[in-house]
Amino acid sequence: MTRLIAFLALLLAAPVMAQDQLPPAPYAYRQLEDPAQEEKAQALMETLRCLKCQSQSIADSDASMAGDMRNQVRQRIKAGEEPEAIRAWLVERYGDYVSYKPELTTLTWPLFAAPLVLLLLALLLLRKRFVRRPDAPAGEQA
Amino acid sequence: MIAEAGLALLWFAAAMALLQLFAAIMALRGGEGSSEYAGVVRPSAIVQGPLVALSFLMLMWLFIRTDLSVLLVAANSHSAKPFIFKLAGTWGNHEGSMLLWVTVMALSGSLVALVERRLPERTMIATLAAQAFVSLGFYAFLLFSSNPFERLPTPVPEGNGLNPLLQDIGLAFHPPTLYIGYVGLSVAFSFAVGALLTREVGPAFARAMRPWVLGSWIFLTIGITAGSYWAYYELGWGGWWFWDPVENASLMPWLAATALLHSASVLASRDALRTWTIMLGVVAFSMSMVGTFLVRSGILTSVHAFAVDPERGTFILALLTIYIGGALTLFGARASTVSEGKQFSLVSREAGLVFNNVMLSAILGIVLLGTLYPLLTEAFDTKVSVGPPYFNPVGAMFAIPMIVVMAVGPLLRWRRDSFDRIAKALILPAVLTAALLAGAVLLAPGIGLLPLLGLGLSLGLGVASILPLLGRDLRRTPLPTWGMVFGHLGLAVALFGMASESAFSTEKLVAANVGDVVEVGPWSIELTAIEPVAGPNWTALEATMTARYEDGAPVTLHPQSRNFTQPPQTTSESALSTRWNGQLYAVVGEEGLDGRWQLRLWWKPFVPMIWLGGLLIAFGGALSLLGRVLGDIRRGYQRRRIAMRRDERPHSRAVPEPAE
Amino acid sequence: MSAPDEKPKGRKWAIWLPLVLFGGFFVLVMNGLIRPAARDVESAMVGKPLPEFALPAATPDLPGLATADFKQGEPRLLNVFASWCVPCAAEAPQLDELRRVQVPIDGVAIRDREQDIARFLARYGNPFASIGKDDISEVQLGIGSSGVPETFVIDGNGIIRYQHIGPIMEGDVKTILVEFDKAREPL
Repeated sequence: MTRLIAFLALLLAAPVMAQDQLPPAPYAYRQLEDPAQEEKAQALMETLRCLKCQSQSIADSDASMAGDMRNQVRQRIKAGEEPEAIRAWLVERYGDYVSYKPELTTLTWPLFAAPLVLLLLALLLLRKRFVRRPDAPAGEQA
Repeated sequence: MIAEAGLALLWFAAAMALLQLFAAIMALRGGEGSSEYAGVVRPSAIVQGPLVALSFLMLMWLFIRTDLSVLLVAANSHSAKPFIFKLAGTWGNHEGSMLLWVTVMALSGSLVALVERRLPERTMIATLAAQAFVSLGFYAFLLFSSNPFERLPTPVPEGNGLNPLLQDIGLAFHPPTLYIGYVGLSVAFSFAVGALLTREVGPAFARAMRPWVLGSWIFLTIGITAGSYWAYYELGWGGWWFWDPVENASLMPWLAATALLHSASVLASRDALRTWTIMLGVVAFSMSMVGTFLVRSGILTSVHAFAVDPERGTFILALLTIYIGGALTLFGARASTVSEGKQFSLVSREAGLVFNNVMLSAILGIVLLGTLYPLLTEAFDTKVSVGPPYFNPVGAMFAIPMIVVMAVGPLLRWRRDSFDRIAKALILPAVLTAALLAGAVLLAPGIGLLPLLGLGLSLGLGVASILPLLGRDLRRTPLPTWGMVFGHLGLAVALFGMASESAFSTEKLVAANVGDVVEVGPWSIELTAIEPVAGPNWTALEATMTARYEDGAPVTLHPQSRNFTQPPQTTSESALSTRWNGQLYAVVGEEGLDGRWQLRLWWKPFVPMIWLGGLLIAFGGALSLLGRVLGDIRRGYQRRRIAMRRDERPHSRAVPEPAE
Repeated sequence: MSAPDEKPKGRKWAIWLPLVLFGGFFVLVMNGLIRPAARDVESAMVGKPLPEFALPAATPDLPGLATADFKQGEPRLLNVFASWCVPCAAEAPQLDELRRVQVPIDGVAIRDREQDIARFLARYGNPFASIGKDDISEVQLGIGSSGVPETFVIDGNGIIRYQHIGPIMEGDVKTILVEFDKAREPL
C-alpha cells in the first residue's frame, strides 16, 4: 500500500520530473487562420478542464496533454464541427468532469434551482421587510 | 535555543489565553470575586500579543539564518535563496502561516482589550471570552499538530527550497494580507458572540465592531486584488480570475464582510437590522474558516493549493464546527429575543442597503454552492466541474440588480425618501449607460451580453458614485462619505476593466524567428534577441522584444522562460507594458524544431483598471476607517471632558450623546 | 438598547436556517474527508467500442497499431505508456508477467521518440506485440485516458471492457487476469 502511494506520488510528480521531448501538436500553440473559428475554439477551450492539471482549463495550461487537447479542439473546429459537439465528444470519453459547464442532470439540478430558490428567499425576506402590517410594526429578518 | 524559546513563548501565550477564558467565565457567572476575575481578563489578553509576536520573530530569525536543524526551515528554505524570500519563507508554508495567523490574532486581541471602552464591561468580557476561546483552538492546532519549531534529529546539509511559483514578491506578501483580513473577521465574530451572550445588540456594538470589519475588509480587498494580479502575470496565460476553489475561498469572506460592513453601518446609524448584522458577523468569520479549511485540507483540487494535508483539514474542520456550530446554535437560541430594531420605508437608504445585503448574500450562496458542488456529486461517485460558464451568468443575475441599486442608494435619505427627489440627479448616469450600450451594439456588435452590460453599468455607476458629493462643501464632507464614494467608484472602475478585458482583448500565438515582427491589435512587436540569463537559484532564456504602439516610441520587454534548480521546475515569466489604455502581455515559450520561438502575445485594453479599481476600493475603506477612528478618538475626548465637567458640577445629569 | 420589550413576530424556523445549512456543510465535508474521492479521471468509454484509429509503428522492430487489430476474436491489453514516464518503468515486471501467461499486450506510446522507446524497451524489457506511435495523444483522448500509464482490456470485438489507471503493481495482476478472462465472453 505504501509503495502504491509512493508510486502515485511519483505519478503526480511526473510532469516535474520527466517531460516529453516532442514538439507540441500542430495547433497546441497556434491559432486557427480564420479569426471567427479561433474565437469559437478559444471560448470552448476556456470551458474544458485540463485533466492532468490541478484545476485549470486547457486554455491556461502548459501541460502537453492540454496542448494535445487544444490541438484536437482546433482541428475539429477547423473541420467545421460545432463547439458543443466537441464538448459532447469529450464528455462521452471523460464524463462531465472534463467540462466546466455543468449540464442539467438528475445530480446537478440543485445548481440550477439554487438561484431561483435564492431569488424567492430574497423576495420573501424583502417583502416581509417592507410590507406594512398595521398590527405588526416590527418586521423580521432571518 | 531560539527554536525552543519560540516554542516556550507560544506555550506561555496559550496559558494566558486559558487564563483569559477562565477569568472571563468566572466574571460572567457573577457572584463572589467576580470583579477580581474581571480585572484579570484584559491584562491576560493584552500580554498575549507581544508574546506571540516575539515567537514569530524567532521563527523569522531561524529562516533568515537558514537554521537547518529546524524541520520547517529544512523543508521550505534553501541557503541560496534571496533574502526577501527567506523572510517570506517564514509564512510560505503551513506551520509558519498558522503562526502568523495566531500572531495577528493575539495582537488584535491585545488591541481590543487595550482600547475598546465603549461597550458595557459585561459585553466586553463576553467578547474577550469568545476571543480567548477562538485563540485557544488555534494555539492547540499549532502546538499539537503543526509545531513550527520542531527540531530535526540531525541537521541536514541543505534545505529543500521554496516552490518557485511562490518565489515572487507579490505572492510573498499576498497570503499574510489575506490572513490579516481573516483574523480581523474573527474579532468581529467575537464581538457578535459577546453581544449575543449579553443581549447587547445595538448601535454601540456596531460601532465597536465596525473598525475591525472595515480593517479586515481593506486587507481582504488588497489580498484578493494582489492574488488576482499575481495569477495574471505569473501563470502566463493572461487570465486574471479562474473561479478556482482557492480563489473562491478568498472571495467568500470578502462578500460576507462587504455585506457585514454595510449592515453594521445601518445598525450603527439607525439601530435597524440587529439580527441580520449578528448573523453576518458569524457568517463572515465562518467563511474565513471555511476558506482556510478548503485550501488546507486539499479536499478540492486547486491550482493554487500549496499546503495540503487531510489531517490538518480534520483539525480545522473540528475548530470550525466548534466555533461556527456553537455560534449558530447560540444565534438560534438568542436571536429571537433580539428585536429587529427600527423600521424604514421601501424607498430609503436602509432599504437600498438591505437589498444589496440580500444580493451579496445570494452571490455568496452561489459561490459557496458552486465551489462545494463537485464534492457533493463525488459523494454519489460522479465527478463534475463547475466553472466560469456557471459562475459568470448566475453571479451576474444578482450582481446586476445590485449595481443598479448601488448607483441609487447613496443618494437616498435614511428612513424615508422618494424617487422624485433624486430622479433629476440620476438622469445623467442613466443616459450615459443607455448611450454606451447603444454605441457598443452599433459599433462593436460582437460583444457578449455580460461584457456589454458590464461596460454600460460601470459607466453609470462611476458617474452615480460621485453624485453624493454634489452640492456639498468638499472640505466639510466627512471622511467616511469620501470613503464610500471611492469604494463605489473603485467597483465601477474594476467592472469597466473586467468588461473591457473580456470584450476587447486580442490574442496572438505565433512561432517567430529572431527578427520577425508580430502585430497584436495596435502594437507591432519585434523579437530582437533570445539570450540565456542566470539568477541566484534559476537560469532562464530571456527574450528581448521591441514593441511599438501604433507609431509611438519603442518599448523593450523581457519575458523569460525560467528553470528553477531547487526544486526543479519551469515557469514562464511574462513581461508587461502598461499604457493608460491597456496592457501588452508577452510570454516566451519553447523553441521549436525549426528554431522558431513560441510567442504568446495579448493586447488587453483597460485591463489594469481591474486592479486599480480594487486598490481604489481598499483606499475608500481606508478613508472610512480613518474617519471612524478619528471620530471615535474625538468623541472619547469629548466624553472625558463632559465627565470631568460633570464631576465638577454634581447636579447636572444631562449627558448629550455626541452625534454620529 | 438592552433587553427589548417588543418581541419579533417572525417565524422561528428562519433563525435556525443557518445552523441547518452549516450541518449540511459539515456532513458533506466529513464525507469528503472520510472517503476521499479518487483523483483519477475514469474513462467513460468502458463498455463502448474502440474509436477508429491507425497508428504508425513506434519502433522498426514492431508493427504499428490499428483498431482492426483488436477485432480478431480474442481479448487483448492496450497499454498507454511513454518512455519519459517514470511509473511506466515500474510496471514493466508486471507487464512481463502478463505476457508470460499468454496475455497479448499492445502499446500506445504517447508523445515519444523512436530512439527513446528503443532505449526504454532495451532497459526494461519488451512485453508488446505491437506499438503505435501517438504524437498528439489522439488515441489517448479517443479512449478517455487521462495519463500514463493506463491499461485497457479490449475484448475480441474491439469493445473496451476494463480500465486500469496508473502503474500495474504486483497486486493488480490478478485483477487484470480476471478482467481479461471476463472479456472472453462477449457483452
